[in-house]
Amino acid sequence: MDDALQKGLTRRELLSRSMAAGATLVVGAGFVAGADAAWALETTALKPETMATLIQMARDIYPHDHVADEFYAVAVKGYDTPEAAPGIETGIAGLNAAAQGKGYADYLSIGWERDRVDILRALEDSPFFQQIRGGLVTGLYNQKAVWPLFGYEGESYSQGGYIDRGFNDINWL
Amino acid sequence: MAAPFDLKDDSVIVVIGTGAGGGVLSNELAQRGVSVVALEAGGRYLPEDYVNDEWESFGQLAWLDPRTTSGDWRVAKDFSGLPAWIVKAVGGTTTHWAGASLRIQEHEWKAKTNYGEVQGASLLDWPIDRAEMDPWYELAETKLGVTRTGGREGLPGNNNYKVLEAGAKKLGYEEVHTGRMAINSADYDDRMACQQTGFCFQGCKWGAKWSAAYTDIPRGEATGNLEVREKAHVLRIEHGEDGKVNGVVYADADGNEHKQMARAVCVAGNSFESPRLLLNSATSMYPDGLANSSGQVGRNYMRHMTGSVYGVFDKPVRMWRGTTMAGIIQDEARHDPSRGFVGGYELETLSLGLPFMAAFLDPGGWGREFTTALDAYENMAGMWIVGEDMPQETNRVTLNHDVKDQFGMPVANVHFSDHPNDIAMRNHAYTQGAAIYDAVGATRTFPTPPYPSTHNLGTNRMSENPRDGVVNRNGRTHDIENLFVSDGSQFTTGAAENPTLTIVALAIRQADHIAAEMSRGNL
Repeated sequence: MDDALQKGLTRRELLSRSMAAGATLVVGAGFVAGADAAWALETTALKPETMATLIQMARDIYPHDHVADEFYAVAVKGYDTPEAAPGIETGIAGLNAAAQGKGYADYLSIGWERDRVDILRALEDSPFFQQIRGGLVTGLYNQKAVWPLFGYEGESYSQGGYIDRGFNDINWL
Repeated sequence: MAAPFDLKDDSVIVVIGTGAGGGVLSNELAQRGVSVVALEAGGRYLPEDYVNDEWESFGQLAWLDPRTTSGDWRVAKDFSGLPAWIVKAVGGTTTHWAGASLRIQEHEWKAKTNYGEVQGASLLDWPIDRAEMDPWYELAETKLGVTRTGGREGLPGNNNYKVLEAGAKKLGYEEVHTGRMAINSADYDDRMACQQTGFCFQGCKWGAKWSAAYTDIPRGEATGNLEVREKAHVLRIEHGEDGKVNGVVYADADGNEHKQMARAVCVAGNSFESPRLLLNSATSMYPDGLANSSGQVGRNYMRHMTGSVYGVFDKPVRMWRGTTMAGIIQDEARHDPSRGFVGGYELETLSLGLPFMAAFLDPGGWGREFTTALDAYENMAGMWIVGEDMPQETNRVTLNHDVKDQFGMPVANVHFSDHPNDIAMRNHAYTQGAAIYDAVGATRTFPTPPYPSTHNLGTNRMSENPRDGVVNRNGRTHDIENLFVSDGSQFTTGAAENPTLTIVALAIRQADHIAAEMSRGNL
């Protein structure tokens, strides 16, 4: 796991310093964390609420129920820079405005994925959406820590390939 | 060991590019005692340098210099700056290729005769045929160590192959096997046998797959007749007042320009860079570019009718394990217009790792329709479709004067639109591919669109009549007697087969021709 994600917060400490942001995230001063306190991501250029919304947006674009939020956080944390932040703040503000146009407080407060996806679908040709989606293709799926969650085994040369490790072990045909 | 030749030495043959065409040609000339300077835009990477990691390897090997795209092909939308997935390195795309080594079928050499007029297509017969090429194919198969030829055993089938084979048999297909592959099934020619590692596209770390990078190139250098200059990016070919080419201007790794004088020049930079170079070499004597009196340079770009079919099953397949493309169904490669199209296609096993699957399964796709497919990655089998596409004059490589590369040269714009025959063939193949997986219990199948091109053909095509193409039966340009084309851009038509074996066979044949012409005093 990336150094930028801190681990080992106590749940009590975390909850004392944060408030809920969507179903599985909490935000506090300068950080976003999992509601289970399993990880926390400090933000420097982005508002923590923005980062939390970005993480939810990432999950809504590429939802994998067996992939934890922290991997989505790693996938988008690269936008927390002075160069990238203004564009992200503008984009997320647009997302929240779209949510408000449908009567929600903001994007994160929308309870059903399908209602969030409706908003994304309306924005999918925008440069902001395409920036986030395009970045996730490598940001999420090229994380080596994610590969085992999909069964993908990655590098095999150092283990001698699969000649003795099941290249032809299929048994159900 | 490699002989350094002087820039002013005009007795050398300059070969531009060191892949299946240029790399083989350079060695074959060197073996015949001919002095060769091979100019390679990329660096040198050997098995110890290759990495079992899709994106990292892509960054290491791929040609990433700017190009632009147009036309209705989906690549122009999803990968607008990356029309091709080819390699910039010593050995060229032979580091990346899958190893499938098939001879072009007899009828495909005479596509115009056998298919008849196809509206909108610029079909043409090759000026050579299968009977003439067979001895050269045999030399090429021996060089590459192609399995299922010359008494060499086939590779064992991996999980992905077993799924393909079982489905194919249920559909009644008969020509189903683990392919004719330039990947050793046993030790051969100082290269070891395949260890079923996967990552064939990332460079074979065992050297079990043939690549010019660690066979022809060092063997040519060992003769003392071949000098390979790495990171030597050719900018233009120059000619004298007599109209013959006399040398090549290139930029070295530091961007400094040099001119290497030459007896003759052989262009083997792939079907994008070769025509681009001829066009970028325009002069007052050749205002439309070198060898372009026909106006055919850059035209008839072909990329094979491709696509993929992935199938998801209720149990694991783990398709990434083992040789990537050692599996083929050849029954559909025949010419049978009753299917609604001319020409045919091969179905070959293919797998991508999770990172590339995410990028290429449905480019631009998102949401649960997309992610549930990836959730089933472990249970997925995959095949690639490769069929004959129709040459069209309007599918072409041109210079984009609005976009310049790092040396200030106009980049190649690659324009491609499918011919109706291509679409009909692809739809047929999608249906058959899905049926193959359905026959063994697929719960879901995906007709996946073509990737950035790996088979880039035409653009300097071979023709009997100088009006119809750029080069003659020996790959010599119709216009300039000491200028040759030595790569896949010579292809008159694409045929259904993976092109590398034919490029290699043509290169061996061309080396023989050039050496003979030199000994006759004609070159």
